[in-house]
Amino acid sequence: MDTASRTGPKDKKQTKSLGFRIWQSRELYLFLLPAVALVIVFNYFPMYGITVAFKDFKPHLGIMGSPWAGLKYFDRFFDMPMFSVILKNTLLLSFYTLIASFPLPIILALALNSTPSQRLKKIVQTITYAPHFISIVIIVGMLNIFFSPSMGIVRNILSGLGLMDGNLDVLMNASSFPHLYVWSGVWQTLGWSSIIYLGALSAVDPALHESAVIDGASKFQRVFRIDLPLILPTIVILLILESGTIMNIGFEKVFLMQNAFNLSTSEVINTYVYKVGIREAQYSLSSAIGLFNSGINFILILLVNQVSRRLGQESLW
Amino acid sequence: MSTAIKSTSRDRLYDIVNTVVLLVLLLVVAYPLYFVVIASISDPKLVATGRVLFWPQNFSFKGYMEVVNYSPIWTGYRNTLIYTTLFTLISVLVSLLAGYALARKPFPGKTAITAFLLFTMFFNGGLIPTYLLMREIGLYGNPAIIVLLGAVNVTNIIISRTFIKSSIPEELYEAASIDGCSHFSFFFRIVMPVSQALIAVLVLFAAVSQWNSWFNAMIYLNDEAHMPLQMVLRDLIVSQSALSTASNTDSMGGDAAAQIYLVESMRYAVIIVSTLPILCFYPFVQKYFVKGVMIGSVKG
Repeated sequence: MDTASRTGPKDKKQTKSLGFRIWQSRELYLFLLPAVALVIVFNYFPMYGITVAFKDFKPHLGIMGSPWAGLKYFDRFFDMPMFSVILKNTLLLSFYTLIASFPLPIILALALNSTPSQRLKKIVQTITYAPHFISIVIIVGMLNIFFSPSMGIVRNILSGLGLMDGNLDVLMNASSFPHLYVWSGVWQTLGWSSIIYLGALSAVDPALHESAVIDGASKFQRVFRIDLPLILPTIVILLILESGTIMNIGFEKVFLMQNAFNLSTSEVINTYVYKVGIREAQYSLSSAIGLFNSGINFILILLVNQVSRRLGQESLW
Repeated sequence: MSTAIKSTSRDRLYDIVNTVVLLVLLLVVAYPLYFVVIASISDPKLVATGRVLFWPQNFSFKGYMEVVNYSPIWTGYRNTLIYTTLFTLISVLVSLLAGYALARKPFPGKTAITAFLLFTMFFNGGLIPTYLLMREIGLYGNPAIIVLLGAVNVTNIIISRTFIKSSIPEELYEAASIDGCSHFSFFFRIVMPVSQALIAVLVLFAAVSQWNSWFNAMIYLNDEAHMPLQMVLRDLIVSQSALSTASNTDSMGGDAAAQIYLVESMRYAVIIVSTLPILCFYPFVQKYFVKGVMIGSVKG
């Protein structure tokens, strides 16, 4: 009793006793509780579900009860003829998207930043940001309407100019799918992607421009010798981060654009997982394919983050 | 003297080229949007035969009439309003609460909890394991899944943490706590009012993403009555098979061509009707865009 009362407060002072500090922060744990609970249910529980990829999943046995199957489903996936097709399509679409959608926002940002007319700047910004808020369903719907074979506006304009007659077949054409997919994406993201560069440009010290003007530099020179080099770090980091998502082509738009005629170029890993898993109920096989994909994504993100850290920029975490 | 004149004429050339670039990009982005608007209010036949290019022709609201009379749209509208409101509330509140806690000075387990949350940014179970799990815990077919799945966005938590950390110093809380203020009342009386810009950005992004989402509904819902607007839209403007049944077939008698034109016209109208709420919001939230992207790009 005596010793306890003597050492008790002293201990508390030295280590600020763990229990006491936890009690002191009890409200903060309560603040974190909803986020942690939701993450456990919707993110960590499914991670446990990944074991399905290594099991012969039987719905009536559940995830726990199904027997182990080792790497059987991975072997099956790598032996499938579809394996190379969906891998190729995924990589092609990603690279094409990356190359096509990267330069234009930079050009837009540089042009916006150096235009003397604030009014034009405002109008261009308002209009070009807008498509970012339009849903994928509507974007794909617009593509279907505009490129409709017999009465879409594209067909009407082309035949009005005498450039074609008959029906337009781009929607039913496997070779035109990547172009439609990529350039409609450029259309949608152009403005929004430029915001980050505009932000970087606003951080450029005006004194640099002022002294360049005194030295007789033209506007063109100032944009390419001052603005561009100063936002180059931003460009490099974004490019590196983008390349980390190369195996992760969005499911939604590809899926909505798919039809019976363009599958040879439009079937990507994510859409294939959906078809095999949810439509055909081959849960173990599709989980294995999904895990293969997210494994590669995970490695890519780690890699990309290492690279950007090496370059002395802020990393993702 | 002569160099000064030379440089101003060079600059004028630059300005002209610059303006042309901006105008071209502006036109390319604006025209498809503009065309949807004029096509939706023009005579369906003139639109389908390529007579409507720059101005509306023979004002007609037949497409809109079809939309008004197509009841699944309004069910979808109602569902989406409910989903969007609840999802935004949950998502923003959860992000702010967690962001606030993580912005405070170290407490036991803070690093571990941060790592626990961050890990989900880099790795997830994937579609099929998530789907199977939702079936096993009985959330499949339950509309609650729409407002709960994805409500915690770790990026938003990090954004909130960074914002709160930089705008509300720890000393302010310490001073308040000496006066007997708890974290709870500090959060609602100080943090929430001070973080208006942050809240605007979080609300904007959460609301837009939920308004536009359809994928989770396709995977996890099985009752037509629970479907959000985007699923109805998908049937109307994406799936070709839905076209024939989309509008009331006997309203046009046997005239098949007119019927097809009308369906096409309805598709333009439905795009406008479903995007209207976002278009109404747009001017008010535009000033937060840049802030939002910049806050988002600053990682803690």
